[in-house]
Amino acid sequence: MKLVYTDVLVIGGGLAGLRAAIGVKRRGLDTVVLSLVPAKRSHSAAAQGGMQASLANSAMGRGDNEDVHFEDTVKGSDWGCDQQVARMFVHTAPKAVRELAGWGVPWNRVRSGDREAVVNAEKITISESSEAHGLITARDFGGTKKWRTCYTSDGTGHAMLFALGDQSIANGIPVMERKEALALIHEGGRCYGAVVRDLVTGELTSFVAKATVIATGGYGRIYKVSTNGIICEGTGMGIALETGVAELGNMEAVQFHPTAIVPAGILTTEGCRGDGGLLRDVDGHRFMPDYEPQKKELASRDVVSRRMTEHMRKGKGVKSPYGDHLWLDITVLGRAHVEKNLREVKDICHYFLGIDPAVDWIPVRPTQHYSMGGIRTRHTGESTTLKGLFACGEAACWDLHGFNRLGGNSVAETVVAGMIVSEFIADFCQSDDSEISIPTALVREFHAREQGKLDELLASEGNEQASDIRRRMEEIMIDKVGIFRTGTELDEAVDELQDLLVRSRKLGLQSRVHGANPELVAAYRLQKMLKVALCVALGARERTESRGAHSREDYPQRDDSNWLKRTLTTWNNENDTLPTVDYEPIDVAGMELPPGFRGYGQADHRDHPDTEGRASEVTAIREQLEDADRFEVQNRLMPYKHLLPERYREKNERLEEPVAKTR
Amino acid sequence: MNKSSDQATGREPQTGVSDQSARRLTVKILRHNPQDPASEPRFEAYELDEAPGMTLFIALNQIRDEQAPSLQFDFVCRAGICGSCGMLINGRPGLACRTLTSKLGPEITLAPLPVFKLIGDLSVDTGAWARQMGERLETWVHRESEPDIDRLEERMDPDRAEEIYELDRCIECGCCIAACGTARMRKDFVGAAGINKMARFRLDPRDERSDEDFYELVGSDDGVFGCMTLLGCNDVCPKELPLQTQLAFMRRKMVSVK
Repeated sequence: MKLVYTDVLVIGGGLAGLRAAIGVKRRGLDTVVLSLVPAKRSHSAAAQGGMQASLANSAMGRGDNEDVHFEDTVKGSDWGCDQQVARMFVHTAPKAVRELAGWGVPWNRVRSGDREAVVNAEKITISESSEAHGLITARDFGGTKKWRTCYTSDGTGHAMLFALGDQSIANGIPVMERKEALALIHEGGRCYGAVVRDLVTGELTSFVAKATVIATGGYGRIYKVSTNGIICEGTGMGIALETGVAELGNMEAVQFHPTAIVPAGILTTEGCRGDGGLLRDVDGHRFMPDYEPQKKELASRDVVSRRMTEHMRKGKGVKSPYGDHLWLDITVLGRAHVEKNLREVKDICHYFLGIDPAVDWIPVRPTQHYSMGGIRTRHTGESTTLKGLFACGEAACWDLHGFNRLGGNSVAETVVAGMIVSEFIADFCQSDDSEISIPTALVREFHAREQGKLDELLASEGNEQASDIRRRMEEIMIDKVGIFRTGTELDEAVDELQDLLVRSRKLGLQSRVHGANPELVAAYRLQKMLKVALCVALGARERTESRGAHSREDYPQRDDSNWLKRTLTTWNNENDTLPTVDYEPIDVAGMELPPGFRGYGQADHRDHPDTEGRASEVTAIREQLEDADRFEVQNRLMPYKHLLPERYREKNERLEEPVAKTR
Repeated sequence: MNKSSDQATGREPQTGVSDQSARRLTVKILRHNPQDPASEPRFEAYELDEAPGMTLFIALNQIRDEQAPSLQFDFVCRAGICGSCGMLINGRPGLACRTLTSKLGPEITLAPLPVFKLIGDLSVDTGAWARQMGERLETWVHRESEPDIDRLEERMDPDRAEEIYELDRCIECGCCIAACGTARMRKDFVGAAGINKMARFRLDPRDERSDEDFYELVGSDDGVFGCMTLLGCNDVCPKELPLQTQLAFMRRKMVSVK
């Protein structure tokens, strides 16, 4: 049995995993990053438009600060998020952008003077001040009051990932490529590492660690059409789920991005609309203002995706051999803007559609894009139920996004969570509490179990094909657990997914080699994916309300009185065909921003019994502290600073909020 | 074709996905599994029907699903962004995921990128290559002080930021290395990807390294002086990076050191 010890085992080499590894390494811990692919190929690279941080440098961002970002994020989440985590996040996001600036990310900068921009289909002139010249600029994104999304053209994720990839080299962090964690090693509610398969040789190695971090991104690929990279199969959630101990949170919260190209499902950034692009229907009509007079194309993603689907259902979609679609029109921005600020979009249109988006409209429709759900953790990133297991980024539900994530908040979350969680991991690993005494027999047991499963698969005489079952799962998810959901369809989905899970236990393989074997990989991932899919489908079936991206046609109302709570799923027994569902209430009485209308989307909801009381408390505190500064008011409403690692507690400086040097 | 808002049209998506008379494609793939002692490198041919909008990503997955379950290849983003799928497409390095079969003849030949260590079939180890390049050339911003993350960031000229991004767009796909005459002869040659990286950091005001420092890293035959100016790199770069200019520029700068 091959055995490796490290203090911190990081599973996943994208932005969240790399930043977490850098954080613990800088605290003096030994760490190893495992990645399915070379780290710089991770799906983080595909983030185009940018990351939100309230720097407030550009003219259209003036007046922005943590309070405004917080409010946008909570409304975006449809009050499903953890407001203290949202506070921690908006406070740390400016620090993350500035750290990355120091590490070489070539953020686009403010240029003083007048420039033309397109807002609401009209050319306007924006005047940038000379005092902001050279500071980091921002563009507009959906669901935000201010222009807050920092960017490098439309290759933001790429630039960030390469900066962090190179920083991990600078810090001498080993990144082991083409390695896949098959199972977590755990006993008595304590995680001890993972059994890991080498995708080239097929060899298993057991990694033992004080802390294990899952940063494996989302589960988009359980859907037939997704903007996600093909490695985003949810297997990180799968191995957590298969412990039977770790909880997954809000798995039914799945985001559909309004503008992926048809038919390939490749993303065109929200920056297209943020920069002034429009959505048009079969008649060339700009329809979003009809539905969303205030935010128009720039309502939150869940709302825009639903409105687009609604409009296509009215027969206003463009017919194509691949089903109906709508048009994204960025011709209004002009060629110079498209070629400079939306060049990935231009390339994608050129190579996959054969069109030039400076003159042609782009065929788009809503497509699976993001997983709000994930491994349920505390604000420290540690699993609520499995000690020593941490998660961050899209793989986690700590829970920043609730039932809908704002564009630009995911890339920001990856690095912010990496920063914050790595400090808590380091604190943990440097405390007596983290010491482990684990018998090699336990490791051997897990190791042998995984080897046994692989041997069994390779020898199996079953007649089921993994690719057939997987294809059917993907279809069920997109057809029955998609943008609009109904009880009947969700019932069917849950039933059929269970059948598929049973069938997936009787696979037969053609290719029976132990080493590199794509068919074997597809086979052993399949059960994990089906279990994750069942968590999504069952969570959606049980949630009889509509909130954020979870939209039930049979229960169209947001129902705070019954459903202001987080779904928790666990997989108690290996042979079960359904997860166990439980719920965790969200505390209204402690909210800084009590539930209300988001300002876009549907206006009616049923109030939680505590909402009214809390709302009047908040109003009273605000009135009482009329003369106090915003930090004092915030602290009275919902203290959160004590939750942050000490090094991230300082105030953020802005042009309009200079901070006296204290250190 | 321009469509303004008053032109009501309901047309289908264009060339890439439009109808085409279905062709029968033959895809010849250079196959070899170095893990298997019995494996011999050989071409194997697979036939399939071309579908509208088919890319090599779609074609290869279909071949693997239906005909060759052990076939190895690498894709991640399948959108031309991540650089995983560099391979020789009819002898020329390129990204398979964004190559439409409609742009190729009915017989397509695929082979792994040369120079890199072969993992199996069309999969090569660009990751290990990029890591050693990064370690050797120290491809990160070198500065004495840590950024103060609580304060206003350092200013940068907006044009300079865009110029850096232009060079920062390299995705380390390996196409330039596979197309490089020098890289075939000198195994330690850093290639256009490496030299472009150095040009990128040299341009970055946050990097405090001097030309003397850069000379130590690329002022040799494994660096700028090894380039024979064949410029295959410039021809095949999927991101259309200005590699020719950067090579010439860095060489001139390095010559003037000392």
